[in-house]
Formats: sequence, structure tokens, C-alpha cells
Amino acid sequence: MVCVLLAAAAGAVAVFLILRIWVVLHSQDVTPRESLSILVVAGSGGHTTEILRLLGSLSNAYSPRHYVIADTDEMSASKINSFELDRADRDPGNMYTKYYIHRIPRSREVQQSWPSTVFTTLRSMWLSLPLIHQVKPDLVLCNGPGTCVPICVSALLLGILGVKKVIIVYVESICRVETLSLSGKILFHLSDYFIVQWPALKEKYPKSVYLGRIV
Amino acid sequence: MKCVFVTVGTTSFDDLIACVSAPDSLQKIESLGYSRLILQIGRGTVVPEPFSTESFTLDVYRYKDSLKEDIQKADLVISHAGAGSCLETLEKGKPLVVVINEKLMNNHQLELAKQLHKEGHLFYCTCSTLPGLLQSMDLSTLKCYPPGQPEKFSAFLDKVVGLQK
Repeated sequence: MVCVLLAAAAGAVAVFLILRIWVVLHSQDVTPRESLSILVVAGSGGHTTEILRLLGSLSNAYSPRHYVIADTDEMSASKINSFELDRADRDPGNMYTKYYIHRIPRSREVQQSWPSTVFTTLRSMWLSLPLIHQVKPDLVLCNGPGTCVPICVSALLLGILGVKKVIIVYVESICRVETLSLSGKILFHLSDYFIVQWPALKEKYPKSVYLGRIV
Repeated sequence: MKCVFVTVGTTSFDDLIACVSAPDSLQKIESLGYSRLILQIGRGTVVPEPFSTESFTLDVYRYKDSLKEDIQKADLVISHAGAGSCLETLEKGKPLVVVINEKLMNNHQLELAKQLHKEGHLFYCTCSTLPGLLQSMDLSTLKCYPPGQPEKFSAFLDKVVGLQK
């Protein structure tokens, strides 16, 4: 009897979760607003360069800006600081100059073995959840480093648990001409807007957004 | 004084650095009319010894805050296939040779090099084919690179998130 009840309860929770996931993945919220907080995932090297170019085009309505970088990535930290300083210099009168840099362990180092990657990714997940929960951004922007998968999954969870619907925007790196990155393949199904920069990818993934080369 | 700038961005690309600083490569580069070679080696473990003779100078360093200056004074840039390095070089209108690092995951950088080569903006090769390419390439056939348009991104995003104009 208890088993039947437990099974029914588990079934109900599963159905509820599936419904929530479906609702969250399919809702595209266009409420008018004047500003929105943005969480930006900065991976190493070129990923950071590309994402800062994208950010450079965004107005100051995208504030405050929270950056998430891998804990071993000092280069990205200094690029971000220069970027924000330049921005503040160009627009001194603006009050929206707050930005924050958060650090989490990398999901995967370059050339790291796949079995160990499962563990390091789970560890990153464990640390991404409280971060996302604390920041509760309106929008998450990322472009492909492994670090972005735990972050986006955490953002999705926030929506599934009814805490907050976070808009997830993924821009595939300009390096990806014919095939998606691993992060891209995962997040293609989980993001609200999936942007590609070459026509071959738009053909393969018709649901993606193609705006030409944007970096 | 013609200058070649070699960059590996934030990565480690020992094969390229070793290849380009080998004595016969240095000779080749000098014979092509260059008198200065600058190596930006990133995280690499191969660290060639810098030197300066009457006719040729070799400089070596790991990182700088910005590579803009070195790209600007270069007459030729030899780079790994990282997006940042490629785009910065192409946007400065410098001739670019991209060397593919065959040891990277899925070799994802190869796609970009191939596409930009298809469009006539750069030459690409591997470490083993680099000397041959340097000898045979004609830099005057390279075409100008039109920069990307991030404003299309901001216009799109502003619309879908409901920001007031």
C-alpha cells in the first residue's frame, strides 16, 4: 500500500516537473521593461573576447552586469575590468556602472578526459546553483565554454522551481561554421534564443537565430 | 624593417613555436625579406632564446594586455586558429597565416580557418606544411575582411527582451 502511494507520489512529481520544464522552455516572455540584470559567462581566451564584443553593443539598460569566470582565469578578469572601465569612461554620467565578477571552478580543462569531466561538471553545477539563486538575473548570456552548461542548467532550474524565469541567450562562437560545439548541442534545446553566425548552421538548425557575423 | 608576428593567444602551442624558431625556419623567414620575428608564446613550454644580430632579431614573450601594437607593426601574422587572434588581425588588415593545432578537441578551430580561407581572407596550414606555405604564398591575393556587426545583436536582443527604445 505504501509502495503504491510512493509510486503515485513520484509519478505526480515527475509529471509536474515535466510540465514545468515544458512551460519554461516554451515561454517567451516579452514584458516591456526599462532595464534588466544580466549574467554573462566568460570562458577563456577568444570566448571572452567574443562575449565582450557582444556586450559592447548593448546599452546600459543591461545592468547590473554579473560576470562568471572560471576560478583559474585571470586573463578574463582583467579583460572584463578593462572593458567596464572603458565603458564607464565613455559614459561618466550614467549611474548604471555596477558590475560583479563571480568565480566558479571550470567544468572541464582543455584536453581533460571525459570520465573526469562528468565529476568536474557536477561540481560546477553544485556551485552554480547557489550563485544563480543569489543573483537571480533576468538574462543569462553565454557563448560556449564548458562553464556555461552548469550555469544555464541552474538558470533553467530557477524557472522550473517557479522562483524566476530567466531568459537564456546562447550565441555560438564564430569559430563554429558547420558544426555546433558540445555546449551548443546541449544548450540548443535549453536556451530561449540560440544564435548562430554562419548560414550553414542556420540550415542545419532552422530554429536557431541567424543575424550574420556579429562579433 | 619587415616584421613577422607569431601569436598563440592564451593557449599553449609548442609545436608551432618550435617549428617557427627552428634554425631553417628562421633562415627561410629571413630569406623572404623579414628582419624581425616576434613570438607570443602564451602558456607554452617551449621558450626559444631571444637574440639580435645585425640582420635579424628574435623577440619572445608570453602575454601582453593587448596584442594590438604587435599586430599593427607586423607585416605578416602567423597565428593559431583562435577567433580572437584571427579577428583582431583581419580587422587590422594584416596578412594572416593560420596554423591549425592538430591536438585540440574536435579541432573546432579548423572550421573557422577553412571558411575564412574560402572567402579569401587568410591562408591556413599545419605546422608541418608551414615552411612550404611561407615559401609559396602570395599575400597580395588576400582580400579585405569586413568586420562583424554586433549592433544586429543588440537590436535583436532589445526587441525580444522588451526594452523600451
